[in-house]
Amino acid sequence: MAFDKQEAKSVLFSPIFNNNPIALQVLGICSALAVTSKLETALVMSLALTVVVALSNMLISMIRKQIPSSIRIIVQMTIIASLVILVDQVLKAYAYEVSKQLSVFVGLIITNCIVMGRAEAYAMKNGPFMSLLDGLGNGLGYSVLLIVVGIIRELFGSGELLGYTILPSTANGGWYETNGMLVLPASSFFIIGFLIWALRAWKKDQVEDKE
Amino acid sequence: MEHYLSLFIRSVFVENMALAFLLGMCTFLAVSKKVQTAIGLGIAVIIVQTITVPVNNLLVHYLLADGALAWAGFPEADLSFLGLIVYIGVIAALVQILEMTLDKFFPALYQSLGIFLPLITVNCAIMGGSLFMVERDYDFAESVVFGLGSGFGWALAIAALAGIREKMKYSDVPDGLRGLGITFITVGLMAIGFMSFSGIKL
Repeated sequence: MAFDKQEAKSVLFSPIFNNNPIALQVLGICSALAVTSKLETALVMSLALTVVVALSNMLISMIRKQIPSSIRIIVQMTIIASLVILVDQVLKAYAYEVSKQLSVFVGLIITNCIVMGRAEAYAMKNGPFMSLLDGLGNGLGYSVLLIVVGIIRELFGSGELLGYTILPSTANGGWYETNGMLVLPASSFFIIGFLIWALRAWKKDQVEDKE
Repeated sequence: MEHYLSLFIRSVFVENMALAFLLGMCTFLAVSKKVQTAIGLGIAVIIVQTITVPVNNLLVHYLLADGALAWAGFPEADLSFLGLIVYIGVIAALVQILEMTLDKFFPALYQSLGIFLPLITVNCAIMGGSLFMVERDYDFAESVVFGLGSGFGWALAIAALAGIREKMKYSDVPDGLRGLGITFITVGLMAIGFMSFSGIKL
């Protein structure tokens, strides 16, 4: 396959703002909401998902011509599930505390629609290297949103970032009155809702039509 | 009996899959434009959830957990690392079987659920139900109640959201917020509403 630098660049970077998996494609929202109460869990989750989506895209693309279309979902699932088990075991071995906090959400990467969606939409039609880039790009798009939400929630919800105090809270003798609502899962809906609004105010072509 | 009733109420309201644990969000946001389709999908989720959680429970206790293979003469074996792949396999297979059964014996129901059944395989609420069941170490009877309750709670939530979205057609939403953005904010408000259930114990 001829390697096109321009195309590779667009495949890698367009999912970050122009075609963000969460804000535009409505994929992979479940985990985005639940793991963002702290920046640390958001970071680990982004890393785990990026690894899984990039590798699964590459592997599926490598064997795409051998997969009979009638059982492709099962084949894709098996590849994705094996990768997730791998990630899960690595996290349990080297980052046990974080893996406890993420609880079921590492396992839920399997049913994360980003992974399935990209496998079905891109990896089944394109070569392994481009699929790897596409996976990385979508993983990054997911990570950017997750990290932004994680920062907002941890900084304003508890005045800390990665466990270090940034805004000393009144509970600890400081001046910052913590916003308790941002610790609740519901707040991530508002933050993502407003982020989508901001993104669409900037990129007008993403605005949805009136029904 | 009281224990099971309490577990049911808890899994429907207090620990609602969609609005407290934020699971199954992809389908929750995508298929909630009309009340009718939302209810159809909700019923399908209840059915699948009530079957898969107990089946996975049996598999965990007799196949995967540490020492679970003692009945087959392998008391040392610990297959729990295979959990994820087994659960998703069970879910995919059951959805397929359910689809064929409905097609053969209840064509009317099959027609109305039609396209939603395959979607359920990748619904995180189903997978999440099985994973929570393992994490909280439910026994068989508890897992039946939990499966039914969590499925019912999810169906309730999606029907409610669809109702709100149908009404919202008449409101004037700012351009950038239209569609997905306002739906997110609506769900956020619903989640806060459901938080009022927290702390309730029967």
